[in-house]
Amino acid sequence: MAHAEPSAAASAAILTEVKPAVLPRAVLVEHGRSFSWITDKICGIIEEKTPTWWWYCFGVACFVACFTVGGITYLISTGVGVWGHMNPVNWAWDIVNFVFWIGIGHAGTLISAILCLLRQKWRTSINRAAEAMTIFAVVCAAIFPVFHVGRVWYAWYLFPIPNSNYIWQNFRSPLEWDVFAVSTYGTVSVLFWYVGLLPDLATLRDRFEAAGNKLRSFLYGLFAMGWRGSNRHWSNYEMAYLVLAGISTPLVLSVHTIVSFDFAVSLLPGWHTTIFPPYFVAGAIFSGFGMVLTLMLPLRAIYKLEDLITQYHIDCMCKITLATGTIVGYAYAMEFFIAWYSANPYEGFTFINRAFGPYAWAYWIMISCNVITPQLFWFKKVRANTTLVWVLSIFVNVGMWFERFVIIVTSLARDFLPSSWGYYSPSIVEIFTFFGTFGVFSVLFLLFIRFLPIMPMAELKAVTPQADPHGDGGHH
Amino acid sequence: MAAPSYGLIATFDTVPGIYHAAEQVRDAGYKHWDCITPLPIHGLDKAMGVKRSIVPRISLAGGITGFCTGMSMIWFTDKFDYPLLVGGKPYFSPMFAFPVSYELTILFTAFATIGGMFFLNGLPMHYHPVLKYGQIRRGMDDQLFIVIEARDPRFNLANTKALLEQAGGKDIKELEA
Repeated sequence: MAHAEPSAAASAAILTEVKPAVLPRAVLVEHGRSFSWITDKICGIIEEKTPTWWWYCFGVACFVACFTVGGITYLISTGVGVWGHMNPVNWAWDIVNFVFWIGIGHAGTLISAILCLLRQKWRTSINRAAEAMTIFAVVCAAIFPVFHVGRVWYAWYLFPIPNSNYIWQNFRSPLEWDVFAVSTYGTVSVLFWYVGLLPDLATLRDRFEAAGNKLRSFLYGLFAMGWRGSNRHWSNYEMAYLVLAGISTPLVLSVHTIVSFDFAVSLLPGWHTTIFPPYFVAGAIFSGFGMVLTLMLPLRAIYKLEDLITQYHIDCMCKITLATGTIVGYAYAMEFFIAWYSANPYEGFTFINRAFGPYAWAYWIMISCNVITPQLFWFKKVRANTTLVWVLSIFVNVGMWFERFVIIVTSLARDFLPSSWGYYSPSIVEIFTFFGTFGVFSVLFLLFIRFLPIMPMAELKAVTPQADPHGDGGHH
Repeated sequence: MAAPSYGLIATFDTVPGIYHAAEQVRDAGYKHWDCITPLPIHGLDKAMGVKRSIVPRISLAGGITGFCTGMSMIWFTDKFDYPLLVGGKPYFSPMFAFPVSYELTILFTAFATIGGMFFLNGLPMHYHPVLKYGQIRRGMDDQLFIVIEARDPRFNLANTKALLEQAGGKDIKELEA
């Protein structure tokens, strides 16, 4: 049966072609900045005269770092007895600080690796600084396990190196797994960071050469390896970067999983739980994003980087903090539920003791900072207020330190037998050592922003509309 | 032509410009030529006719080496060289050897990937004719270049220059070798 010819009015109503809806893409570099504007902006930070504020901050950071040097020197010259822990709490601030710092590092890898695989292009303006943060956080973290071994000159016993006792490491122990996890993590983070820096070092090499600064041109050139922007090189480079992102993703998940095994594999109530690996990973990313916000917001204000770190970037970071903070809150609730559901009196007591025992103050600081604070990021007005976001990011950092303190110390202080209960307080040496690590971190970070490009210029250029070979800014 | 030159270099101002020029150079049958860009350009490999990078194969080899290293190291130390009984556990089991082997897989993959990338790119190479070009600094900043090498069998000073001009290249210069 033949169809009747459609009338003119009807054919106008029927579309001959249905095009998919075009959603506007978020603008990642505002005000339509050119390639050379990006180069000048980022390189200008390194090329300008060292600003006065930098010297003040550097001086303060060096002073604070002296506390770690002092604390460690006193520890080595006297012995581990100078720390406050003793039976039953034999593991306290050393491991708390280690987990705290290593967790902070995880956001850097998340941004550089996981967001790269997920093609989240907003990562480009923050990934360089976040990766630097990762490396410096790993440096601070490494201080604690290295020095808590006691006789630090035997720290090489951690690695399977033949020694005069002919004995090897116990590879059944999660602590030995941790040695490999953390040293791999530190090494791969440095490699990933360096590969990302390669094209930008070449840019700096050529700029310093043009400016007549032979020494700096030589040094940047040495590390740029003779990079010349060849597309045949870019082809291998991009593939290598993708592979590194692909392996860093399971790496970052495994590192905090293995860190959580340090606890979960033991038999202590409050530690012996299967929820630990995902809970620790979420907490690590949560704390890391807190630290990224703490660092990036002042940098953005000082160097007027609003066109590169836009409100969209801040929104994204706040939303990840909100999501991971909510996962952490869920994990706290689930720990309580399982403690009750398991019907194990020791497990149940541990959790009641956490919330209402002698360390209740620490528990409620943790809850208010980690569960309540991130919920404010639901509101657009909060995310748009950078000062408030910065203050909240500090709360996140504080809360996550207390989370590790609560998990580690409360579980050890009161376990099975009331006769072997105790109460732990840190000594002044531990406080100094920990306080100083913020100085160590700041010294390294300040040197980074002074001598290396704080944003990946080549990657930033690649997310601008003019980088599209088809000239329409969004077609692939 | 006095001294033998390395090749010809042409300047382009826009990404679409170099993309379409690269397609023309590819179609003209050149093999020894390159694009110099300050950023990785999506799809330029295809426009140049560059094959997919083989870096992942090197990565895979590194990963397998790392995993085997981890497993055999733990077997050697804990079962073969000095068996030590801890908590009644077996001397060797792939279960407890897994986390360390897993980390070594990643570590060796990372080194193989980066080493492979440098090897395939022929880096470090701190001296290169392209780097002697006065304007190459802009190639790390905001301009794009196409370089066609003189050793290419199709290279002919006049014809190659004409091709680059027709493709939209500006400031076509000879590079000294």
